[in-house]
Amino acid sequence: MALLDVRDLSVVFKRKGTRPFTAVDGVSFSVEPGQTVGLVGESGSGKSVTSLAIMGLLRKRGAEIGGSVTFEDTELLTLSDKQLRDRRGRDLGMVFQDPLSSLNPVITIGLQITEVLERHRGMSRKEARVEAAELLDRVGLPDPQRRIDEYPHQLSGGMRQRVLIAIALACRPKLLIADEPTTALDVTIQAQILSLLSELVSETDTALIMITHDLGIVAGLCDDVNVMYGGRIVERAQRHDLFDRSRHPYTHGLLQSIPRLDAPRGEPLTPIRGSVSDNIEWEQGCAFAPRCPNATDVCWSEPPELKADDGRMLRCHNPVAIGDAVTEGAL
Amino acid sequence: MTDETATTTGAAGTEVAGTEAPRDDAASTGVQDAVTAAETDGAGPGDGAVDGDDVLVTVEDLKVHFPIKRGIVLERTAGHVYAVDGIDLTIRRGETYGLVGESGCGKTTLGRGLLRLVEPTGGRVVFDDTDVSTLKGETLRKSRRRMQMIFQDPLSSLDPRQSVESILVEGMRAHGLDSGKESTRARLVELLDSVGLPESALHKYPHEFSGGQRQRIGIARALAVEPDLIVADEPVSALDVSVQAQVLNLLEQLQQRLGLTYLVIAHDLAVVRHISDRIGVMYLGSLVEEASSDEMYAEPMHPYTKALLSAVPVPDPTVEDEREQILLTGDLPSPANPPTGCRFHTRCPWKQDTLCDTDRPELRDVGGGHRVACHYAEDILAGRITRHEVEPELVHPDA
Ligand SMILES: Nc1ncnc2c1ncn2[C@@H]1O[C@H](COP(=O)(O)OP(=O)(O)OP(=O)(O)O)[C@@H](O)[C@H]1O
Ligand SMILES: Nc1ncnc2c1ncn2[C@@H]1O[C@H](COP(=O)(O)OP(=O)(O)O)[C@@H](O)[C@H]1O
Ligand code: SF4
Ligand code: SF4
Ligand SMILES: [Mg+2]
Ligand SMILES: [Mg+2]
Repeated sequence: MALLDVRDLSVVFKRKGTRPFTAVDGVSFSVEPGQTVGLVGESGSGKSVTSLAIMGLLRKRGAEIGGSVTFEDTELLTLSDKQLRDRRGRDLGMVFQDPLSSLNPVITIGLQITEVLERHRGMSRKEARVEAAELLDRVGLPDPQRRIDEYPHQLSGGMRQRVLIAIALACRPKLLIADEPTTALDVTIQAQILSLLSELVSETDTALIMITHDLGIVAGLCDDVNVMYGGRIVERAQRHDLFDRSRHPYTHGLLQSIPRLDAPRGEPLTPIRGSVSDNIEWEQGCAFAPRCPNATDVCWSEPPELKADDGRMLRCHNPVAIGDAVTEGAL
Repeated sequence: MTDETATTTGAAGTEVAGTEAPRDDAASTGVQDAVTAAETDGAGPGDGAVDGDDVLVTVEDLKVHFPIKRGIVLERTAGHVYAVDGIDLTIRRGETYGLVGESGCGKTTLGRGLLRLVEPTGGRVVFDDTDVSTLKGETLRKSRRRMQMIFQDPLSSLDPRQSVESILVEGMRAHGLDSGKESTRARLVELLDSVGLPESALHKYPHEFSGGQRQRIGIARALAVEPDLIVADEPVSALDVSVQAQVLNLLEQLQQRLGLTYLVIAHDLAVVRHISDRIGVMYLGSLVEEASSDEMYAEPMHPYTKALLSAVPVPDPTVEDEREQILLTGDLPSPANPPTGCRFHTRCPWKQDTLCDTDRPELRDVGGGHRVACHYAEDILAGRITRHEVEPELVHPDA
């Protein structure tokens, strides 16, 4: 039994005077306890909207949400606001890209943590303060006893992200969703945060949904990887399968277009042509067709379905032939 | 955030504990010292590996310090941000020099100081045998034609009310390159073609383009005045991964075709390694290591470079599972209050009890033009010194 089961999730934004916009379309995946699942794709592919919908953070935002999100047998989409807040507080944690805007600027970091501890774990103020300092220590904030009374603006970006992780961990969540948690950080700080996250996951059996546009992060961290394009999952595979031989032309193209630190120099990159603004509607065919080297007539007239193929899920009429797939050193 | 008028008008240099070299106190008087220093000091530019090469740009002991103003009514200078603090480097004609380092280490400021878009506090920049640090007025303006800049965010660097045509013509006109209606038109079409945009783009406005196309417009604008040097500040970091490669390939093609020289600033090490012939690694306002792209990757010598390279995730699970990381503790110290001695000593896993926190290491040639600013570079390379734990120090961002 999966911890989280997302079935056929769709999010349509409806605003007066504009055409309804489908940001997420028929997304399904599940997460087991202790598992790390990746959601990758470029900006606008629907990663954040997916995570916000799971967390129930799109309610009252003019968004129409369809499908189902089951967490330990509870359907989250139909819970009342209060029930959902409770559930979230107890079992689900979230870490965002920009720590400053997700922290309250006028409340000390200590209070932001003790609040959670008092509300969701029923601690007394005193107990909560001791636990908060421990959490801050746990996430690697130096000198937590003293820092606990500081305000977010007094900390660097990396330290703020640690505080955010401490807050997310305060309720001992069973599932942590991290949406581009290191995108705003320098690579050396990113390395600290990523190693902290993977340590937490392996020590506490917390499940993690890692949302990122960085294929490198996914390659190192995730068990299963979902590649999103235009609001839909186009390929899902176990990480070794995905990277050793990507079968979807988009995944394949991405891997060929990013420079690799360990690739021999002088090898030209093979970009994907055009940009997402060239996409066609999924209702019409494959959204990637205008940019796809494998596109044939059927791609322009028939939307591909997500189907099991070659030990993975693929949404493509003409997948990359196995022999042509990216192999090591081919970049 | 950066301000065109932020000159450091010779505000008295503040005492910084532990730096053995005296700071230049006034904006322009530092130049002479810098020249003499470079001449007497064996590690100065113009010798070593670059000897005999065709040098386009020489940067000597460049400093850009920003005064920190406090007080609303009575502004006073409460200290300085040592954004660029004594940089020596040369860029050869036709090469790509890549500059990497963490946010705030001074990359952009170095690029702007080099083009004199910000007034250096000290040091000099020699461009094609002309000392541009002393140029003024019309001569300075003219020299700018040969040095152009491309920015990270193509949208905010392009005027939304100007059509592509007027964006491109503006620079040409400023430098008297719009000789006649016919030839200007032909030139515009040629420019657009060289960056892969159709002629129809001329009458469109920036918002009508995608991010990658806007960056092409930014490149065309830089090319319009036929520059020799292009400083590209994070040219692809705002772009989608699938589009980055298009722009990187374009930059490479243009370099081959037009013989351009690039200074590419980026925080993405894989991008820099891909595009650069040589790489300089910056930390808190200074260069800590410089080597050819291949050598920097194969044998990084400075502890900071080692940590930086080891931190980059590679999109290959097999490599990732084996990647040995050197995790740094703590944050980048504030450039307004840099550590004494070696600026990296507060985070360095190889720090020693002598020299590191008292003496600022010089950038010295350790052979074959590979330059390193570490007292113990050879000992670390030979394994005579090993890594140890570092207690993290907390850094206040507004300290
Ligand atoms: N006009 C200015 N006035 C005062 N301080 C400045 C100014 N411009 C830059 N700085 C400071 O100088 C330091 C170096 O800034 P710079 O923009 O060169 O860094 P960078 O390496 O380009 O960083 P990033 O990777 O974030 O672009 C920073 O501490 C910055 O805050
Ligand atoms: N509140 C909203 N109203 C309308 N459109 C939205 C809203 N939030 C996101 N979108 C659109 O949904 C798409 C997916 O966005 P998002 O999930 O944020 O992408 P990303 O994969 O970069 O996280 C984008 O086209 C975005 O513009
Ligand atoms: S369905 Fe067709 S257009 Fe879409 S990715 Fe597959 S081959 Fe390309
Ligand atoms: S000089 Fe000392 S502190 Fe600096 S990098 Fe070398 S070993 Fe580390
Ligand atoms: Mg997002
Ligand atoms: Mg910059």
